[in-house]
Amino acid sequence: MSDIILETRSINKYFHDPVTFQVLNDINFSIKKGEFVSITGKSGCGKSTLLYILSTMDTDYEGELFIDGESMTKLPHNGLAKVRNEKIGFVFQCHYLLPEFTVLQNVMLPALKLGKFEPAAIEERAMSLLRRLDIHDQALKGANRLSGGQKQRVAIARALINDPVLIMGDEPTGNLDSKNSKIVFEIFKELVAEKKQSLLIVTHDEDFARTTDRNIVMDDGRMVK
Amino acid sequence: MARLKQSVIEAAGVTFGIAMFITLVSFMTGLNKMLDSLILNRTPHIRLFNAINPNADQPVNRTAEFSKSLNIVQSIKPSDSRTEIYNSSAIIQSLKNDSRVIAVAPKVASQVFYNIGVIDLNGLVNGIDVSQELKYFSFADYIIKGDAYDLNRISNSVILGKGVADKMMARVGDVIHVTSAKGDQMSLKVVGVFQLGLATIDDVQSYASLETTQKLLGKPKSYFTDIQVKLNNINDAPKIAKEYSNRYRTDAEDVQTANAQFESGTKVRNIITYAVSVTLLIVAGFGIYNILNMMIYEKMDAIAILKATGFSSSDVKNIFINLSMIIGVIGGFMGLLIGMLLTMLIDQIPFNTAALPAITTYPINYDIKYYLIGVIFALITTYIAGYFPAKKAARIDPVVIIRGK
Repeated sequence: MSDIILETRSINKYFHDPVTFQVLNDINFSIKKGEFVSITGKSGCGKSTLLYILSTMDTDYEGELFIDGESMTKLPHNGLAKVRNEKIGFVFQCHYLLPEFTVLQNVMLPALKLGKFEPAAIEERAMSLLRRLDIHDQALKGANRLSGGQKQRVAIARALINDPVLIMGDEPTGNLDSKNSKIVFEIFKELVAEKKQSLLIVTHDEDFARTTDRNIVMDDGRMVK
Repeated sequence: MARLKQSVIEAAGVTFGIAMFITLVSFMTGLNKMLDSLILNRTPHIRLFNAINPNADQPVNRTAEFSKSLNIVQSIKPSDSRTEIYNSSAIIQSLKNDSRVIAVAPKVASQVFYNIGVIDLNGLVNGIDVSQELKYFSFADYIIKGDAYDLNRISNSVILGKGVADKMMARVGDVIHVTSAKGDQMSLKVVGVFQLGLATIDDVQSYASLETTQKLLGKPKSYFTDIQVKLNNINDAPKIAKEYSNRYRTDAEDVQTANAQFESGTKVRNIITYAVSVTLLIVAGFGIYNILNMMIYEKMDAIAILKATGFSSSDVKNIFINLSMIIGVIGGFMGLLIGMLLTMLIDQIPFNTAALPAITTYPINYDIKYYLIGVIFALITTYIAGYFPAKKAARIDPVVIIRGK
């Protein structure tokens, strides 16, 4: 087995509304296992668009995408959902927690869907993750009653619950103050060191980007560096 | 993931639809049944009798000379044929052995004049087999004064129609005088008063025992003018009537022919009932559809999150269909319950009509059939109303929503 976890082959993406416009232009790159990669660039350069394609949530593109050696391009929607569930953990800019559920339930949900463990085991695992992220005392609160920083930590716990091989973040610190941003970064770094999970983070924060293993700079739909 | 308040409103929509359906159908079919019974209770399914008709076999047809020609005879008068049914006891015996027949009741009808002082009032005395009439033709429901069994216990007794009794100012216990069509006079003791609710009957007819009527006519005990038959299945009446007419060489009239206009009235009322009920259910269905649709727009984010974290389209679809089915089941059963309570309430409202002495409250039909229809319809409508929004929710691409933020 190769140690490449994600690979793209000449990915192009167009927006058609209001006029046809090329957002991504011939993207070729790969991420190794345990690598911490950041993507930076100006607003509208296509970095978020790329991230959505890489996370299999956007299927409207040209080219080919491989995750864990498997081509995603031909998979049906339900197959992609399974890949997202099992192999990818995604942290959004806004936390995107389900407000109707408690913190603990939010974290447990993807694992319950995967169904690899008994609910009791999943709950234990979710609690230990929350404890690691230092929000275990909020576990039984409603998800909408936390502060922004706490919510983002819950979202990270949710992304980690299934032990994905790849964790992606779309400006996960975009809505946080510098203190909370720092905490989130620290958590990410520890993860890479500990579990050999790969990280791909889109960010505006140049300081943060410099501390990652590799920083990709995008401009006008191309990878510049 | 549903907001409780919304689901409650939605379930209330189903509940309302089903409750109204149950109430309306129970009430309307109850009324229909009552109206039907108004006529049908006292009408035999098949009536055997001899109609007074001109003889089809006129002498001219029998002469050899004219046997091959077209003979037209004008103004034929009926011959003096008897209205009596020939060989009646054998016919009754054979009818009783027929497995399709529930009951056979012979009857003697006699034209009479009720004598009120100097005035003679035209009327009809029906000689009936009292116990059979009580058992199979709900005679007792229409007796408003007195006891029908007194017809058997007291000789020369009569139960008068309400109109007749009023005109004669006769009360139970009085003795009235009648004159038969042949001119024989007879005194009869009034033992009761009946009211069918149909003035044409109540103002003219009265009931006596078979023996009394036969005596009035001066006829033997085997003399019957009608044989009334009650069948297991009323819908077989036209077919069986034809069969009897051929077999017993009498005229036979089935209830459908006798009350043709009534049949069509019932049909039309049933159509109206179902049309209104189905409309109610469809309206409730659209309500569910709208609310679920709105809910999906509100829950776009949640759908996107679920999909982003690995839930498939079919998972999302199932969530929405399950949601609407839960609403359908809860709403449907609540509807049945409320519908039943409402009908029970209506059942308590007094409804006094001169036409129907046996009925004191509004009639309700508690047929389990309508409850089953209600539940099945509730489930089907909520499924369909949930299916399309659910399909829409399943189709949503998570990135479209997330990018839109």
